[in-house]
Amino acid sequence: MTALLRVEGLSKSYGALRVTDGLSLSVEPGELHAVIGPNGAGKTTLIHQISGMTPPDAGRILFAGEDVTGRSMAGRALAGLARSFQITSILPRFSALQNVALAVQARSGSSFRFLSPVDGEAALTGPARDLLARFGLAERAEMPAGALSHGEKRQLELAIALATAPKLLLLDEPLAGTSHAESARIVEILRGLTGSVAILLVEHDMEAVFALADRVSVLVYGRVIATGAPEAIRSNPEVRAAYLGEEAA
Amino acid sequence: MARRLRREWLPLGLFLALALVPVLAPLGPQSFILSLMTRIVVVALAALSLDLLIGKGGLVSFGHAACLGIGAYAVGILSAEGVTDGGAHLAVAIAAAAFFALATGAVAMRTDGVHFIMITLAFGQMLYFLATALSAYGGDDGITLPGRSTVLGRDVLASDTVLYLAALGALLAAYLLLRRIAASRFGRVLEGARDNPVRMEAIGFRPFRFRLAAYLISAMIAAVAGVLLANQTGFVSPATMAWQRSGELIFIVVLGGLGSLHGAILGAIAFILAEELLSHWSEHWRIVFGPLLILAVLFARGGLAGLLTKGARP
Amino acid sequence: MSSTLLLIQILNGLQFGVILFLIAAGLTLVFGVMDFINLAHGVQYMVGAYLTAAFAAATGSFWLGLALALPAALLIGLALELLVFRHLYERSHLDQVLATFGVIIFLGEAVRMVWGSAPIGVEMPEALSGSIEIAPGLLYPVWRLVIIAAGLGVGIGLYLTVHHTRIGMLMRAGASNAPMVSALGVDIRLLFTLVFGFGAMLAGFAGAMVAPILSVEPGMGDGILILAFVVIVIGGIGSIRGAFVAALLIGLVDTLGRFLAPMLLRLLLDPAAASQTGRALAPMLVYILMAVTLFVRPAGLFPARR
Repeated sequence: MTALLRVEGLSKSYGALRVTDGLSLSVEPGELHAVIGPNGAGKTTLIHQISGMTPPDAGRILFAGEDVTGRSMAGRALAGLARSFQITSILPRFSALQNVALAVQARSGSSFRFLSPVDGEAALTGPARDLLARFGLAERAEMPAGALSHGEKRQLELAIALATAPKLLLLDEPLAGTSHAESARIVEILRGLTGSVAILLVEHDMEAVFALADRVSVLVYGRVIATGAPEAIRSNPEVRAAYLGEEAA
Repeated sequence: MARRLRREWLPLGLFLALALVPVLAPLGPQSFILSLMTRIVVVALAALSLDLLIGKGGLVSFGHAACLGIGAYAVGILSAEGVTDGGAHLAVAIAAAAFFALATGAVAMRTDGVHFIMITLAFGQMLYFLATALSAYGGDDGITLPGRSTVLGRDVLASDTVLYLAALGALLAAYLLLRRIAASRFGRVLEGARDNPVRMEAIGFRPFRFRLAAYLISAMIAAVAGVLLANQTGFVSPATMAWQRSGELIFIVVLGGLGSLHGAILGAIAFILAEELLSHWSEHWRIVFGPLLILAVLFARGGLAGLLTKGARP
Repeated sequence: MSSTLLLIQILNGLQFGVILFLIAAGLTLVFGVMDFINLAHGVQYMVGAYLTAAFAAATGSFWLGLALALPAALLIGLALELLVFRHLYERSHLDQVLATFGVIIFLGEAVRMVWGSAPIGVEMPEALSGSIEIAPGLLYPVWRLVIIAAGLGVGIGLYLTVHHTRIGMLMRAGASNAPMVSALGVDIRLLFTLVFGFGAMLAGFAGAMVAPILSVEPGMGDGILILAFVVIVIGGIGSIRGAFVAALLIGLVDTLGRFLAPMLLRLLLDPAAASQTGRALAPMLVYILMAVTLFVRPAGLFPARR
């Protein structure tokens, strides 16, 4: 079986600072691959490069068998790469429903339609309502997204990402700032996705990471120092020294 | 129905009032009223098209008067060459504006923020100077039209009332069209790109193409306004395209209330009436007008449309 | 013959470029440090010219007029900052454009009320009113050389200030990260006000310097303001060096374009049409230059580090 995403020798520097340093990793279809590492390890920059927001200095990104290194973010999104942002990125003036429906719209037919009202398109609002219900946001559908609570916004952003029917989800700290109940719900939803959608998860919540991940990669100073099953990572002495050890101390 | 009426009373009232103008005009100085109101309606049409860009697209174009000028010059040049047919004027105006929008938009849409404001200003200035270079058509001084555009060989527009109604018809048609566009798939993407372009790209939209299309639509509508404007003033000159005119159009859109569409009409009425009243009061009316503008920006956030409908939101 | 004419045009282009730089310098600093679009910056230029004209007429000396006009221009700039601009820093660029547009309308009319619409003239200092021979058989007005020298001097001074003094360091830091500079205990508002007043005075200085060779009239700042914007966009917003290079570039392109375009068009058209078309087409050149620059380098030639 070939990997869904393969990152090879990715490098990115800002001035003298090497944020990504010859990084390689892969995500198998349906796998939940978590990336952990101390602050400043280059996790968000990695997500930016895979999603097409930041061009790498060197290296290749292969997605579904194609080299997407030179493709735009929108092009990668249409190919099946969806992402969430560390700092919530939604359309605050649109209702929650419109936010999700717009993401559905991106994958269903031309958006150069000028005359028929988009709010009346059941083909868009139907799937959008279903997704909102899955995240427990059905009641909030008509509310302006900007008026939702922080945790609800994080869930909405996940719903938006899923609405594009992705093959791979890039999630940048989806649990940051959510309440205990909200984060439990998100973990539940992510667990439900495994097998159907591959996920590359950057997350600080170790409990969630070790509960969810099929594989874990540890990123330190822009390099992957270890990749393996959660138990193997937990007991890897190098990882403990570089990362987990600090947490325990 | 009642709720809808409550939400829509402002645009309904506006168009109703504008429709009554030809009926009420004979009660006063008729030709003055009709000419003033025609100017208001034409400027409202131009401002309406700009609201699609600024209000819906977040694209502050500082060169919109150029599109108005293209329409006016289509009438001026064709008339000078003996083509007086209004249909030909419109067709040439719209085609030329579309060409201008595609050519300049392809460059301008690569920039954003301040750079977009400045580059649209630059393109507007380019067209302004091009107009002053048209020595065969009056250059700096412009040209006086031999007469108004004809319709199927008849000079029906010679009547001020007919010209006014034609302008009002165009305004109503453009308003209804833009409302539909705003509520369509296309409009949704355009507004999304205004609020959060990165999010839009992350779900697979390229804002560039949608913005360019909006620019195209907006330019074509403004060109229609230009055709009407030339007919109203009977005169075409580069001054139509001066950057100050573009600034006034932006102000009208903001004064009326960004993105509400009917706000642009309200803004045009308020702006031109204020200008008219103040200029009757003193030749130095601008000494009051300037500060009024500043105060409007500082204090009337949400514009006139926002002030008037504050209590009526459902 | 043609080459001496060309030399004169090049000098004229430099002189125009230097004036553009004096205006653009303040504009780009205000823009870079405060992220504030000030359309009314051109009226500072006009105000500088009018004040110099008025004070020179009252005192009978250009130099005294200039000496009085500069602090007066500074005061007007500070008053505008206090009354209007200060309330706009947090607003959108759209609001800034509109409110400063209102300031243009107001001050343009105020000048018209005080001095009338007719252009007024300013006597240039007696000692500098002649011409000197800069090449065999080539006379050039001394005053234009003075303008070039003054502009270059200000340019060097500004460069040194921005790059080698503490206040310049604060300005550059403020441009990239205002909250951080604030956190260091620097009064950022005061810094903004200083930068603003200084920029206004530079534009006023430009107006004063051209007053003897141009007609001083209402609206004289409008056209040049747009060119100053072209300068800062081409040069890269916030960059003094960019403003300097772009100002000279625009000055030369504009001046030489007006000179050369009619000559080139004469190859295609009859002389009368060529000179009119050429004169009118030449001003388009700078806008074409700007469009091309932005197409190739969207952040300008010398983007200030963000």
